[in-house]
Amino acid sequence: MGKFLHAFFSPLDLRRAVPQVWDGFQTNIKLMVIAELLVLFFALVLAIVRGLPGRSTLPLRALAIAYTDFFRGTPLILVAYVAALGLPSLGLAVVSYQSLFTHGILSLTLVYTAYVTEVYRAGIESVHPSQPMAARSLGLTYSQTLRYVVLPQAIRRVVPPLLNDFIGLQKDTAIITVIGVTEALAQAGFYSNDFFVYAGYSVAALFFVILTIPFARFTDHLIKEREKRERAQLV
Amino acid sequence: MTETDHFVAVSGVTKRFGDNLVLREIDLTVDLHQVVCLIGASGSGKSTLLRCLNLLERVDDGTIRIDGQTITNGEVDVNALRQKIGIVFQAFNLFPHMTVMQNITLAPRKARGLSKAQAESAARELLDRIGLLDKADEFPDRLSGGQQQRVAIARALAMSPTLMLLDEITSALDPQLVGEVLNLVRQLAETGMTMILATHEMSFAREVADKVCFLDGGVILEHGPPDQIFSAPREERTREFLARIIEVGRL
Repeated sequence: MGKFLHAFFSPLDLRRAVPQVWDGFQTNIKLMVIAELLVLFFALVLAIVRGLPGRSTLPLRALAIAYTDFFRGTPLILVAYVAALGLPSLGLAVVSYQSLFTHGILSLTLVYTAYVTEVYRAGIESVHPSQPMAARSLGLTYSQTLRYVVLPQAIRRVVPPLLNDFIGLQKDTAIITVIGVTEALAQAGFYSNDFFVYAGYSVAALFFVILTIPFARFTDHLIKEREKRERAQLV
Repeated sequence: MTETDHFVAVSGVTKRFGDNLVLREIDLTVDLHQVVCLIGASGSGKSTLLRCLNLLERVDDGTIRIDGQTITNGEVDVNALRQKIGIVFQAFNLFPHMTVMQNITLAPRKARGLSKAQAESAARELLDRIGLLDKADEFPDRLSGGQQQRVAIARALAMSPTLMLLDEITSALDPQLVGEVLNLVRQLAETGMTMILATHEMSFAREVADKVCFLDGGVILEHGPPDQIFSAPREERTREFLARIIEVGRL
């Protein structure tokens, strides 16, 4: 027991590891914020493409489906390796000469966009068809109907599952360490190599938990609020 | 009067849903300022006919002319057409994430391009007319069914339509709320609004309609002035339908 406490929780090491791990954790926060914003945008575009009407949009829709199927099924760690090691080896114009950090963003965005597209799509499909019908009957166009009537209702409904996916993304920023981005997990590793104790990992875990807890509580709160509202409507 | 003189001229309209023939060769004319009531059992095709009139449903056969313009040839600007034709639904279909004011001003602002101020001042006038000015900033779920339906009517009127289609607009309401909605429709009729309404309110149809059409199995079996249809129906099916309605006390 004493050995265990010493390895993971010695007060001196914990204190010493904090600045070093914090240094790396800022990279996790950057990865998370940038990837989340990109995911929110691209996933919405894909979800809209998947819902487009008419036969002429079929190829586009098929492409969007293929994308989500592929990246939902591929492990993030694999995508990260391919982005960081595979792309540069190809010697392509722009994509091959990016920083590791950018390749990390790229991997997170590719994978999480697939998940979040499905979340948006579920939201869009949950809006009753009588809503777009009412909007179209007033002379609004397809895109106006989407923008003012369908999406606002759809997005409101999927905020809790969206936040849930972002908690996942937040944690998965640690995977980006495998391609050599010096983030919290990497710094924790450096610390344990230098001092032969694992306090760095404890600190990193603490940082991740501290970051996700408010998100989790906020999600719970939103779900509860919605249940309350929906029950009120039934009464 | 020739076909082209009528404000609305439906001829030979047929509509199928899969194998199900919902409308068969419907002929119907409506003149400017006329109120036409469609009556008939559920599933007789009343709603489908109304939806065909603003192209929410595509007709499989036949033609519809509105205000001198053929709308069934696939060349008409659907959005422009719908701006001129208001429709009100049985289930209100108000936008739940918008206030009453936003519900009413959305289409005038986005489809017609009015400024926020213009649209809101017109909306306030409408709300005043329907007696709901104090509800402008409420969300629809805070209103009673009757109030919601009056807002839905105001939302359609905000586009200054030349034709109003009312699809069983009192069928989802508690009996004590029906009156306020019908009063509003009566006022509209008095101002000369051209209207086609599908309804189960027979006494109301008798009172406001210039013409009543009885639909049965996707066919207009009989049409004429309300007095004739309700007092001396020619068709056996019409008599049966009206007898059933009288039984449940709606006439």
